[in-house]
Amino acid sequence: MPIGEDIMSTRRNRRGDSAPQVAGNGLIDRRTLIGRGALIAGAMTTGVPTSPTGAAAEPLTNGPWSLAPGVPIPPYGQPSKFEKKVVRTLSNPNLEPRGSAARTPHHLLDGTITPNGLHFVIARGGETTVDPDQHRFVIHGLVKQPMEYTLDALHRYPMVSRVTFLECGGNSAPLYSKQPLQASVQAIHGLSSCAEWSGVLLSTLLDEAGVDPKAKWLIAEGADLPTMNRSIPLGKAMDDAMIALYQNGEALNPSNGYPMRLLLPGYEGNMNVKWLRRIKLVESPVMAINETKQYTILLASGKAWQFYFPQEVKSFITRPSPGLNMASPGYYEISGVAYSGNGRISKVEVSADGGKSWAPAALQAPVLSKAFTRFRMAWNWDGRPVILQSRATDEAGNVQPTRDALIAERGPPRGTPNVAAFTMEHFNAITSWGVDAKGEVSHVYA
Amino acid sequence: MCMRKLCAIALGLGLGLGVASAADGPHFGRPIGPADLAPWDISIAPDGVGLPPGGGTPAQGAAVYADHGCAACHGDKGGGGPGGALVGGGPLNPTDRDPVKLIGNYWPYATTIFDFVRRAMPWQQPKTLTDNEVYALTAYVLAINKIIGEEDVMNAQTLPQVKMPNRDGFVSRYPDKH
Repeated sequence: MPIGEDIMSTRRNRRGDSAPQVAGNGLIDRRTLIGRGALIAGAMTTGVPTSPTGAAAEPLTNGPWSLAPGVPIPPYGQPSKFEKKVVRTLSNPNLEPRGSAARTPHHLLDGTITPNGLHFVIARGGETTVDPDQHRFVIHGLVKQPMEYTLDALHRYPMVSRVTFLECGGNSAPLYSKQPLQASVQAIHGLSSCAEWSGVLLSTLLDEAGVDPKAKWLIAEGADLPTMNRSIPLGKAMDDAMIALYQNGEALNPSNGYPMRLLLPGYEGNMNVKWLRRIKLVESPVMAINETKQYTILLASGKAWQFYFPQEVKSFITRPSPGLNMASPGYYEISGVAYSGNGRISKVEVSADGGKSWAPAALQAPVLSKAFTRFRMAWNWDGRPVILQSRATDEAGNVQPTRDALIAERGPPRGTPNVAAFTMEHFNAITSWGVDAKGEVSHVYA
Repeated sequence: MCMRKLCAIALGLGLGLGVASAADGPHFGRPIGPADLAPWDISIAPDGVGLPPGGGTPAQGAAVYADHGCAACHGDKGGGGPGGALVGGGPLNPTDRDPVKLIGNYWPYATTIFDFVRRAMPWQQPKTLTDNEVYALTAYVLAINKIIGEEDVMNAQTLPQVKMPNRDGFVSRYPDKH
């Protein structure tokens, strides 16, 4: 959404002026605005809705779409032609010899499920095209009986479905830069998405193959250009790991591993190996490039964390956010997503005064473990500059840290990387959006 | 669990697909032996398990580097390009910090170089180099980083013995967090 475009103007409600404030700079109790709330009830009794713009209403007319047949229903439905701007941003559109990132446009979506065509992607060798009839998946190493599976074979096993987020370890890396990067929530946080995945629990297949007690890890490997490989603890594999075959009800999107991927709910995205072709059970990790160089976090001490695994609790406001500006003071809904690789979100707090005061946001049901949770907060903006923040807490008691706290842990940044720089920092700090007196939203540090 | 047992009885036995050695389950996969697995079983452990026969020197590696146009992505003598530098990398300590993670200042295991080159390089034609070429490129990369000498031969015995400068630079977050 270009700066200055005012998609939020229709949300204004001047009657929010009298709503009780729950935190500084106009955060209000949204229960007063929905359902049987006093403000709405009051408005209904007056029966005099006031146009926010003060413009007189025009007589209603029939649009041309109401006066003629439409077009044939397509066999596979596409988004409206008026929604062409709702797309991923691509880091490598011409497939130069390097990795590719495609980022989810969080600011143009709502709810908790990311459409398959907008799910984020990181791929080292482009989108891999795998022929499902020729694809093979093997389990071997420290098992009683090494096994080979076709896609058809996997379809015959008992399946499960679950909603879970995936997040690249490099998501939100721009928050590490010295100066706040002026970019959209898509550029800053677009490497996380959430979908419903269906497939076969890995434990079902490992039980069948017969795991040798010496096995403590497994190596998962893809059929893509780099034959991407990662070491995964056997405990995770036996807990909730899945060989996913379906994404939001349809076969996996090619960018997300068609015909099969490993799904490790809550774990760093890169471990969820796409185009999965091999699992080898071993005694100790293989020390692949993506677990020794990439996805390790250099700490202030000079040592680096290895085997980071669960993505820590995070939230960010998707609306308003940079590019989604506000035309005038009045009522707005602040909304965003929160998630944790440790389980359910237990609380999201919102601040409109840069963290001086906080109020709990409404968490939209269902609140699922290791899944996006949508939060909503009512706000009556008085037209003065404010700083908006969200802070999530998960059911394990982890609280989303401030940027300053993470910088202290990991050492000061050096320079300001490009938005596409892929610095692997597992950065889950609080994000701050500054709103100026004109209603323009920018990325700030607070 | 009930569903799995039912499948085992109704389908596994009925179709004669059962593998006697493993636990209950419908067994829709097929047993596969080591010879058939070998082309995909390319894992290399940091202790060298999985390294193939063969070997190579830095000089041989320099020739492979030139023949395959590696400089297009990694620069002359690994100095850098769109695919990243293969030499350089500053200190990781907090006082004079250059957190660019390169082979010489960051990678903990030399076996990872061999493994990654064999499975992923060159980008346009991965998995086409011979094992001798991969050993030679590994030796070349280690030599330009001054981690081995110009005459050292890298093979299944010598490569796991190479001590990388940042070998002790890591602490595992697992299993504290899992």
